[in-house]
Amino acid sequence: MTSVPPGLILILGGLLLPWLPGASRPVVSLVLPVLGFIQLLLLPEGLYAQIGVAGYELTLVRVDRLSLIFGYIFHIAAFIAALYALHIRDATQQVSALVYVGSAIGAVFAGDLMTLFVYWEITALSSVFLIWASGSEQAYRAGMRYLIIQVGSGVLLLSGILLHYQHTGSLAFEQLISASGQLADAEPGVLLILVAFAIKCAFPLLHNWLQDAYPQATVTGAVFLSAFTTKLAVYALARGFPGTEVLIGIGVVMTLFPIFFAVIENDLRRVLSYSLNNQLGFMVVGIGIGTELALNGAVAHAFVHIIYKALLFMSMGAVLYRTGTIRATDLGGLYRSMPWTAAFCIVGAMSISAFPLFSGFVAKSLTLSAVVEGHYVLVWIGLLIASAGVMEHSGIKVPFFAFFGHDSGIRCKEAPTHMLVAMAAAAGLCLGIGFFPQPLYAILPYPVTYQPYGDLGHSLTQVQLLLFAALAFVVLMRTGLYPREQRAINLDVDWVYRRFVPRLVIFAMQWLVAVNAVLNRALHHLGRMVIRTVWRHYGPEGTLARTWPTGSMVLWVAILLVASSLLYYA
Amino acid sequence: MIREHLPVLQVVLPLVAAPLCLLLMRSVWAWLLAFIVSLAALVISIVLLREVYAGEVLSYAIGGWAAPWGIEYRVDAVNAFILIIVTAISVVALMFAKTSVAQEVAGDKQGLFYTAWLLCLTGLLGIAVTGDAFNLFVFLEISSLSSYVLIGLGQDRRALTASFQYLVMGTIGATFILIGIGLLYMVTGTLNMMDLAARLAVLGDSRTVQTALAFLTVGIGLKLALFPLHLWLPNAYTYAPSAVTVFLAATATKVAVYMLLRFLFQVFDASFTFGAMPLGGFLAVLAAVGILSTSTVSIFQDNIKRMLAYSSVAQVGYMVLGISLVSSAGLTAALLHLFNHALMKGTLFLALGCVAYRLGSVRLGAIAGLGQRMPWTMAAFLVGALSLIGIPLTAGFVSKWYLILAAVERGWWPLVVVVIAGSLLAIIYVWRVVEMAYLRPPPEKLSVTEAPLSLLVPTWLLAGANVYFGVDTQFSVGMARQAAALLTGSSG
Repeated sequence: MTSVPPGLILILGGLLLPWLPGASRPVVSLVLPVLGFIQLLLLPEGLYAQIGVAGYELTLVRVDRLSLIFGYIFHIAAFIAALYALHIRDATQQVSALVYVGSAIGAVFAGDLMTLFVYWEITALSSVFLIWASGSEQAYRAGMRYLIIQVGSGVLLLSGILLHYQHTGSLAFEQLISASGQLADAEPGVLLILVAFAIKCAFPLLHNWLQDAYPQATVTGAVFLSAFTTKLAVYALARGFPGTEVLIGIGVVMTLFPIFFAVIENDLRRVLSYSLNNQLGFMVVGIGIGTELALNGAVAHAFVHIIYKALLFMSMGAVLYRTGTIRATDLGGLYRSMPWTAAFCIVGAMSISAFPLFSGFVAKSLTLSAVVEGHYVLVWIGLLIASAGVMEHSGIKVPFFAFFGHDSGIRCKEAPTHMLVAMAAAAGLCLGIGFFPQPLYAILPYPVTYQPYGDLGHSLTQVQLLLFAALAFVVLMRTGLYPREQRAINLDVDWVYRRFVPRLVIFAMQWLVAVNAVLNRALHHLGRMVIRTVWRHYGPEGTLARTWPTGSMVLWVAILLVASSLLYYA
Repeated sequence: MIREHLPVLQVVLPLVAAPLCLLLMRSVWAWLLAFIVSLAALVISIVLLREVYAGEVLSYAIGGWAAPWGIEYRVDAVNAFILIIVTAISVVALMFAKTSVAQEVAGDKQGLFYTAWLLCLTGLLGIAVTGDAFNLFVFLEISSLSSYVLIGLGQDRRALTASFQYLVMGTIGATFILIGIGLLYMVTGTLNMMDLAARLAVLGDSRTVQTALAFLTVGIGLKLALFPLHLWLPNAYTYAPSAVTVFLAATATKVAVYMLLRFLFQVFDASFTFGAMPLGGFLAVLAAVGILSTSTVSIFQDNIKRMLAYSSVAQVGYMVLGISLVSSAGLTAALLHLFNHALMKGTLFLALGCVAYRLGSVRLGAIAGLGQRMPWTMAAFLVGALSLIGIPLTAGFVSKWYLILAAVERGWWPLVVVVIAGSLLAIIYVWRVVEMAYLRPPPEKLSVTEAPLSLLVPTWLLAGANVYFGVDTQFSVGMARQAAALLTGSSG
């Protein structure tokens, strides 16, 4: 069993799924992650499946502590998400989810950049079906944008790998950034690879695909999506770019800017997408600092974040599944109908807000201690503000507007049992890790001496912070200053390419029409001429495409002979 | 005993079998003979390849006349690689031919068909195996004349004009090659290629040698359909019988590429052709323009066979691009693409042959919804298409990868852009077909069924090879690398 690369069990199992009887497929989707997990437990650390392909030394499998912890959590998340998706009978979604998860697992165990690239592309190609499966025109377009950006990240990665290989002659996926941590010292190939990772990790200004696509995914698809793509990028950054200074700044910006969007957003799954972005910021800061403590913090954060973000997406998914809407303006008062879902959602919300005794706390404390240890004062302040912001939008806003707030009058059934079980499992993990962080600390890449509850001061700071954030929310709500939920679509930077550029073009065209119809006609004419020219030369009967008389062909031969003779004589 | 005669048997066997084929006349027997002979040729080429794999060179003197005077057959890593491509494709295409030709070629002409096929095979193998420049010309004429016959046997009446045009152009090309060889003979007094190389190195540069080079590049350029000398190719491929298109598309231009390599790198020295003469830039520009221009033409084609024919011209452009880089990495890429392109174009034309067999048409509009009616055929087409675009885990990706790597190594960035732009254009023209076959509903009255097994098996053999050589590149890359080392090494 150890000879099979991790992840392959899920991919192959997924590809076989359509041939199984419909009723057995959800069960198989549940069993495969368990099998994969068992395989991981049996797998000793080291390098496996080293093969020479065309003179390149590829290492399909590298098992070390960093890849193992991501492997564990990916399997756990896959199991919980599959449990949540037990009611799905659509083979496309089941297959793409399994292939997606499998390739993400394969990617974290990839020992060389080529293998990473192949898995990287498969995650992009398979995951888009989870968005398209929604079936709406909006989902189709968002999925297409998502696919183009993800594949674009893959192309950048490939170009970067080529340049890097050209430069160093090595394909190994090791630390790519030099020990100084300065981007100025990096070769162009490494920079391209960093950009590819950055896109997948949703760095500021490269982040829009996330908030664009995830809310359009199916109820269950969003749970899968939230867990793997970005965390794969976090893993890749932790592997290739630990201690890259510029990441600290980027990470802080990442934690801060989504807060404002999240606070005013109406679509609750989009709120969660923004908060996902904010959480990634914490991990990126940890990777940027690059000390053992900080990297432990980033990895631990990724681990617990996958669970509680999946839990939040599951609870919101259950709301969407039962009520058919996810807009804050249409929801409210659902705790009467869906008490269990509400309870689980609150556990997730408290975890993400990093209340002591919840999983978020034990992970975020590591990163914050690393920040303090490194004397990054501004970063520390930034992260504190961000922590308060998380509390504001994910900790309070999501459960409040969905389950409490004004009563929307919706009376629906509680979420289906399998969804509740999945949510209970995730909530159990959140609490379990919060109470007993030692097992998590034991599997972190570096040894941990940190005691999250040993330092009372830190716990108190956190509680104070959270209470003040809660107070702020209450005050703002009471005084009516809190931004009202509006049926609006918030504009982010993607507005530039989705609306602004098209509008600008339209505006320019109208202006042209109004001011100078002649010029417009000329432009029109020019456009037609270009198309006609292309058509004339390349179209079915075009100059370059039609059957030529033999004489003209011979003429070309003569021209070429003369040309080459002249060239040689010169 | 028989082992040492293998280089000559490679050629003599199909040559002798060809007239026998004519005598048999009965179509099935003629086919069987052609198939068995092809199979034997494949076995011979495999044995030859195993002998030269370690870097040895087999030299065979015809009739016992020693090398510079008699005709020498030389087998090294370069032509052993070509021999195996030609014979393997011939076997697969003949497997396909039995059913396909029975439908497309009139019964009384089938004996003739297989005779011409074996002669064409003789010619192509002869070009590859011989070490004598004049002998090369003879084999070139044998392969060309027989391929005119093969193309002229197409169902469409336009096959005749296409064949005639090819005849005129091919003859001009062959004449140019002959003039080039004649000029070389004039200055050196020898026809043996190795001897030519040795003497040219001593003689150095002269107007005669330069003119010879010009005639040879243009003549061979015509045979390999270098842009803008490709104009004969689209019609010839479009109107030829399906099996012939497969055979010629996958082998004829490849053998011409081989001729180009032999002359540019071994007969002339690379330092002369690419150093003293600006041939590298000349070829690179033609190849780059060719890739972009013919790929764009492909996008607008309505006849899928013709679309793929134009795409072949673009693909030849990639090989010439690799050659024009004049590095062992570039040559590796060119030879690798030569091999991989034979696989992918073979698959595509075979799948299209299945479509033609069932539908009688290869127009884009005719294949709507064919993904449901002929799932296996269209799936094979899809595999070939993915390989043509260069998706990872297919053969096409491997050659694109090496080509880009070679261009980056030389720092020729515009070429990298051309290769990537070419792949993007390929996505467009190939995806039109895939979209039509899979996403359009089939017309109501269409009642076609899947192609017969005798057509599907060879199609899937090649489709499988596309995937296999996309994953296990040990053979293809290893051979290409060794051949490239031989060509650049001997050129010093």
